[in-house]
Amino acid sequence: MKFRIYRYDPEADAAPRLQEYDIPLDPHDRMLLDALVRIKSIDETLAFRRSCREGVCGSDAMNINGRNGLACTTNLRELKEPVELRPLPGLPVIRDLIVDMSQFFKQYHSIRPYLVNDTPPPEKERLQSPEDREELDGLYECILCACCSTACPSFWWNPDKFVGPAGLLQAYRFVADSRDLGVNARLDDLEDPYRLFRCHSIMNCADVCPKGLNPNKAIARIKDLLVKRAV
Amino acid sequence: MSALPVRRFDVIVVGAGGSGMRASLQLAEAGLSVAVLSKVFPTRSHTVAAQGGIGASLGNMSEDSWLWHMFDTIKGSDWLGDQDAIEFMCRMAPKVVYELEHFGMPFDRNPDGTIYQRPFGGHSANFGEKPVQRACAAADRTGHAMLHTLYQRNVRARTQFFVEWMALDLVRAADGEVLGVVAYEMETGEVMILQAKATVFATGGAGRIFAASTNAFINTGDGLGMAARAGIPLEDMEFWQFHPTGVAGAGVLITEGVRGEGGILLNGNGERFMERYAPNLKDLASRDVVSRSMDQEIKEGRGCGPNKDHVLLKLDHLGPEVINKRLPSIREIAIKFANVDPIREPIPVVPTIHYMMGGIPTNIHGEVVAPRDGNPSAVVPGFYAVGECSCVSVHGANRLGTNSLVDLLVFGRSAGEHIVAQRLDRRPHRELPRDAGETALARLARIDANAGGESTAAIARDLRDTMQAHCGVFRNHELLTAGVAKVLEIEQRAQAVVLKDKSRTFNTARVEALELDNLVETAKATVVSAAARRESRGAQARSDFPARNDAEWLKHTLWYREGNRLDYKPVNLKPLSVEAFPPKARTY
Repeated sequence: MKFRIYRYDPEADAAPRLQEYDIPLDPHDRMLLDALVRIKSIDETLAFRRSCREGVCGSDAMNINGRNGLACTTNLRELKEPVELRPLPGLPVIRDLIVDMSQFFKQYHSIRPYLVNDTPPPEKERLQSPEDREELDGLYECILCACCSTACPSFWWNPDKFVGPAGLLQAYRFVADSRDLGVNARLDDLEDPYRLFRCHSIMNCADVCPKGLNPNKAIARIKDLLVKRAV
Repeated sequence: MSALPVRRFDVIVVGAGGSGMRASLQLAEAGLSVAVLSKVFPTRSHTVAAQGGIGASLGNMSEDSWLWHMFDTIKGSDWLGDQDAIEFMCRMAPKVVYELEHFGMPFDRNPDGTIYQRPFGGHSANFGEKPVQRACAAADRTGHAMLHTLYQRNVRARTQFFVEWMALDLVRAADGEVLGVVAYEMETGEVMILQAKATVFATGGAGRIFAASTNAFINTGDGLGMAARAGIPLEDMEFWQFHPTGVAGAGVLITEGVRGEGGILLNGNGERFMERYAPNLKDLASRDVVSRSMDQEIKEGRGCGPNKDHVLLKLDHLGPEVINKRLPSIREIAIKFANVDPIREPIPVVPTIHYMMGGIPTNIHGEVVAPRDGNPSAVVPGFYAVGECSCVSVHGANRLGTNSLVDLLVFGRSAGEHIVAQRLDRRPHRELPRDAGETALARLARIDANAGGESTAAIARDLRDTMQAHCGVFRNHELLTAGVAKVLEIEQRAQAVVLKDKSRTFNTARVEALELDNLVETAKATVVSAAARRESRGAQARSDFPARNDAEWLKHTLWYREGNRLDYKPVNLKPLSVEAFPPKARTY
């Protein structure tokens, strides 16, 4: 199978290049990650992140034939050849397919990604109705792979000021949690021309999410709550 | 002294999975300076892949008690588990689950608002009478929800993370006290000594010593390799759990929660064969029993598919509603990795390496222990181990499903508490020995200097294939002795491993070469310990010694790297406060 892979080693390359590989696959090679591991067994200089190989750790996000996705859950048979692999767009490249995700995590950390509830906890669990718990479905499953945020032009232009779809999805995960008592402060923090309102609903985020989540919908909910709060 | 730069902390935690982050949380909230090292961003640690649930006798679904949980765990361990540690864990389980809920864990809920619990293999009410719902679940993403919750809570506590740093070796003083680790920063290739007054290993499992494994690529037994090279023995390494339901051909895990929700296993004749092997708990017998039964069915020609090499996990009878609500990720995995939609068709599954019951020996405070001056469990000062890399031993010869996540929480917390009580902030750092860091530097230099040997990929592949062939579900003398010889030969090849890429920046080939040393130590410990144990107990099934032999083998194995030597120590059959559960025959 034929691949064209973005290569950049800051110690050796003045500029990035695309390297072609044509490798025989084994019948057991099912996912793109299987092919990458095979390529690495031939050319160990190729660098990429990977861990769980089942779409739950979020390590191997990359740009696959122009679209962000996880190598471990992308079936090789669905890919047009040559398969062009590039690092996630918009973030600084450290080497080959490995990007510096500091800016992405900085935004995630900025939304206070933890339950805020300073009332003394009961001896047992805090109760939550199944309906209230269902409000978290479609939110808590995020794997922080950054496919969405790095597919978002608003995040490309303002990665330092716009929280981005992944961070906003998590912001809403806590806003929506019946146990969280910090909702007002969370909304205050997001009521900002950049942090929230750089989202223009172009929907790239929902389009590429490998877990089928919809950050755009969560962002719309936050905007609704801000409007409601204002009146 | 080596010229390595040194950074100092009160505590270093190596590994940012469930146990590491539960420990670091305890430490950071107590105001200690704590550094957590991880090869991957914390939420990418392998705890994230746990699916089914956390075992705790909350009794939300029907009556339950920690004593029943304790009995199930001891019986599941085939009486190799230490009863003091098991009592400690089962009593503490509800508390750590409630804490996790208070941290924000998105557990599924019952109509009354309490945490939802599902049945799981080997968990029973009233000492084996009938299945009980004890597994606290967040759909089939419990590990993901737990790991993210723990990370979030650590963000709140301002824990300091060293992300994409790999620990290479321990630093020990001449008197044996552990003083920290030598660590390698992947992005820059820098090597540094991270010095601490307490060092906690939470490095996880090592399933990557086998060819077919549910484990992530990062599970390379780094903590085991480091401990072994520092002269610390590894306990009960012959006991490796085969999870009954890995996707055939892909290895990806399908949670036991599928059977907890009512899924059943079928052989090539469409027969629910577990009724024959475990008439009471059937498909919910413990994992060693189910895996052996499956292997037996396949060996006797009753497998499924054109090659009769797997069995089927049927769950379509649960209906789309239960599958979509309780098992959504399983459906996703089956569609992606097995080409079947479980709402309509069964999933092809085989027993697949999943969990290492053995590890670095510890006590219930997470302190590492090793024999010294006649004491089989003398504390190694400054050194702790928690989670899958440790052996406390609560899992004995076979772990029950859901007991790994509760193990992470209970012992991560317990180690954290024990360290906090030492008041380390009041104590100065010791002086580092002159040779600090030399083991690690010698390994790096060897790998860089080698020429004429083979690649990491080729050697690691042979190691995994060897372990798969020689240390499978059923073992015997011929297989194991040949396995020992082959692994020792592979060790020689690993010593000569060649690194072609000498670059510094994010050189993942160098990381994999360093990991190979740890895979080799783990594989040696496993196959040598397995060859010596001439009985069948839990996950160690010997076709040449099919019976459990308490008279000779009710004892823990200790493997030492030096001389590939074995030693043994007694099982603790004495609980902390209740009466002992003496060994008896194990049927489900």
